[in-house]
Amino acid sequence: MNLIQTIEAEQIAKLTADKKIPEFRPGDTLKVGVRVVEGERTRIQNYEGVCIARSNKGMGSNFTVRKMSFGEGVERVFPLYSPNVESIDVVRKGVVRRAKLYYLRGRTGKRARIAERRDNRPASEAAKG
Amino acid sequence: MRTGVIARKVGMTRLFQEDGRHVPVTVLQLDNVQVVARREVDRDGYVAVQLGAGAAKPKNLTKPERGHFAKAEVEPKAQLVEFRVTEDALLDVGSEISADHYVVGQMVDVSGHTQGKGFAGAMKRWGFAGLRATHGVSVSHRSHGSTGQRQDPGKVFKNKKMAGHMGDRQRTQQNLEVVLTDADRGLIFIKGSVPGHKGTWLTVKDAMKVSRPAEAPYPAGLKAAATNNAAPAETPVQAEAPEAAENQEG
Repeated sequence: MNLIQTIEAEQIAKLTADKKIPEFRPGDTLKVGVRVVEGERTRIQNYEGVCIARSNKGMGSNFTVRKMSFGEGVERVFPLYSPNVESIDVVRKGVVRRAKLYYLRGRTGKRARIAERRDNRPASEAAKG
Repeated sequence: MRTGVIARKVGMTRLFQEDGRHVPVTVLQLDNVQVVARREVDRDGYVAVQLGAGAAKPKNLTKPERGHFAKAEVEPKAQLVEFRVTEDALLDVGSEISADHYVVGQMVDVSGHTQGKGFAGAMKRWGFAGLRATHGVSVSHRSHGSTGQRQDPGKVFKNKKMAGHMGDRQRTQQNLEVVLTDADRGLIFIKGSVPGHKGTWLTVKDAMKVSRPAEAPYPAGLKAAATNNAAPAETPVQAEAPEAAENQEG
């Protein structure tokens, strides 16, 4: 590891010490707790939608979540290690065959469905990994 | 006026602050930055410290260079730079500067050579618009166009912006903020970008246009135990050591 990678690894370890980032992939439905500052006080706002892309580049890693809001498509890009992202919950796992689901942008309703990914392995094996 | 330092550009990354803001930073490394020589008024007519950084193989040095480093009793350095200082900020030969030399929130000026772009056309080098894509333009879509007038003046004026070598020029980026320092590894994190490519040598000085913060160590933030020198240099180093410790507290 070069020096920059070492520094980033340390920073990531520090930022992930008090929060767990679950394993998730594009196609999964996520609930992201976003810290919002309103004047004096801060609160957590949930943003739920389908993860349509992940970008892995150390501290600069991010993921894109798309949802339909009042009939309008909304996409938000979250930095994976930002302190503003309080929590990431995987609501539903999806089966997709692409890394980037940009094709969902042109689709709504039934056409934008993603099949659910189920873990069919026996429970003992699934616990291993 | 304190001395600046020689630093190597390691690369860029980002830092997240506690309040969620993210700061793009450039990481600079102080690699064995030591005082190699002093310039004094009575001998040289001006006051400065000559700093060295990095490591050079003795076999690749000339004999006079070897002699210069031997006189200072320091390891051969890859880079030597002089920094003008006031007389009270003069440092002892052999003392090593630490990253604590700069304090968080301080403004600094960073100079170095920009990335070389080679022979570049007028569009890239000067932002010219070029010629049209159609309407009879042939072959010269990216040319600079006219360079002057007619028989009077009958010449192209000096300093006309034309194609030529771009980049690799000495440039200074002023008023960059120090976001973080790491004395153990000799790292300075500076907000934003600095000139040059990764691995390049830069000089970092206190900002010319912003006054130095009072908590910045004066005359310099030195490493407490700069003791990799041979025996004869022992005495001045020891004399320096308690002084340096005091500075770091303040």
